[in-house]
Amino acid sequence: MTITLWLENAVQDAERRGLPALRPLLETLARATSALRMADWNADASGQLEPHRPDGR
Amino acid sequence: MDAEPRTLAELAHALRSGAVTAAETTERCLSTIAARNASLNAFITVLADEARAQARQADAEIAAGRYRGPLHGVPVSLKDIIDLRGVATTAASRVREGHIAAADAPVVSRLKAAGAVLIGKNNLHEFAFGTTNEDSAFGAARHPLDANRSPGGSSGGSAAAVASGMAYAAIGTDTGGSIRIPSAACGLVGLKPTLGEIPTGGVVPLSPTMDHVGPICRSVEDAQILHAALGGAGSAARSPASRPLKLARLHDDFTALLDPAVASAFAQACTRLREAGVELCDAIIPHAGDIAPVYLHIVLVEAAAYHAPTLERAADAYTPNVRMRLEMGRYILAEDYMRALHGREVLRTEVDSALTGCDALLLPTLPILAPRLGVETVRVGGTEEPVRGAMLRLTQLFNLTGHPAITIPCGMSPEGLPIGAQLVGRLGETAALLDLARAVEGYLGPGASR
Repeated sequence: MTITLWLENAVQDAERRGLPALRPLLETLARATSALRMADWNADASGQLEPHRPDGR
Repeated sequence: MDAEPRTLAELAHALRSGAVTAAETTERCLSTIAARNASLNAFITVLADEARAQARQADAEIAAGRYRGPLHGVPVSLKDIIDLRGVATTAASRVREGHIAAADAPVVSRLKAAGAVLIGKNNLHEFAFGTTNEDSAFGAARHPLDANRSPGGSSGGSAAAVASGMAYAAIGTDTGGSIRIPSAACGLVGLKPTLGEIPTGGVVPLSPTMDHVGPICRSVEDAQILHAALGGAGSAARSPASRPLKLARLHDDFTALLDPAVASAFAQACTRLREAGVELCDAIIPHAGDIAPVYLHIVLVEAAAYHAPTLERAADAYTPNVRMRLEMGRYILAEDYMRALHGREVLRTEVDSALTGCDALLLPTLPILAPRLGVETVRVGGTEEPVRGAMLRLTQLFNLTGHPAITIPCGMSPEGLPIGAQLVGRLGETAALLDLARAVEGYLGPGASR
């Protein structure tokens, strides 16, 4: 799931649950998740298309 | 006895020799609590009658030659997240209303076996989920040197109690720095042992894979005594190293953004260490920039997992900030938690590598001074950042990696606020770190300590 889509879903759910104050925290979390996924020790998990790895990993 | 013993170790000598009694020491601590707790809010529960009874028993045993060791008759307090049988464990939250602990936490059993006088339970940031102690169902704890400032957190009441003389030591918990941060802010020694070394049973969890129990006290010798009593590994006295100490200063992300007073005190401490013959070298953690995201994705998920039932049942009983932080964790994807666990292993390897060829790592404990209460952001080095993020910045790495870490006082700001330096040792070698810290404490001199 892309971070954009994750954030959209999370904010919608928080508002549905009556927690609009969660939005700025979720936006901060989205930035942290983006940093986590972009760390160079990580496989690319941005959710964008990526080349197929022949070894299946 | 003319002068009050300053440290737990000094008190232990005085108690054993009969120069003071546990009863009079306990009474003095209770008097301080009576005089100052209304302003400092360091204690949630004061166990005056129980403490007096324990002190009388300790005096009788010592007089009869049944001395149990250096904690015998010493007033110690507990962060109110640790179970003491028959007493509420509030975790500073209305969520826990009506709770009474059915059994002692293992660390409490060990303190009781050592003859400690358990004088009360300390205020904290609700469920240990914060660094300022402001979000507490019992109100904020306050800094003993400036009541407009936070004593740090989450073990803020514990540090305020020890710094103000309400207890000779306190037992706290540390999941991102919650022992080291308030200890540094209040001019005390605070030890986070190696992950898993001291049992966390009977302690309300925050993040079970990063929670640590440890002491807050007034000297490294005190920390050694408490570490041994709590069951720390390898606490037997060791012979001093035959070569000069070698410390590796962590650079880049660890020194780039410091309050000028912290930077100055740390630099002066390094100078004093060099003058004492300590060899200083530099080290880096290559992925230091990833520490905060990795930490956040673990602590939020693990905390949310524990609190999910009460978030459904009694969400309004949490303080608003802590509730929102817990709710955040419920949205993190399992795949991102797994990425964070991977990152944690990368960071652990990098800390191990940084320790290669030196005795310990050296860095400041807190990049800022004790913050003013009610302040949400702080400006450091021209950058505005949330207080919580700033306070965790130099400590949370070692909760991720599990390495033992200790803060010792290293100086004061111009306005008289304490500043701490942090030493980090090898996994499983907390006792060796304590030996080293005791030497460093001596090199830094008594002026650095309260």
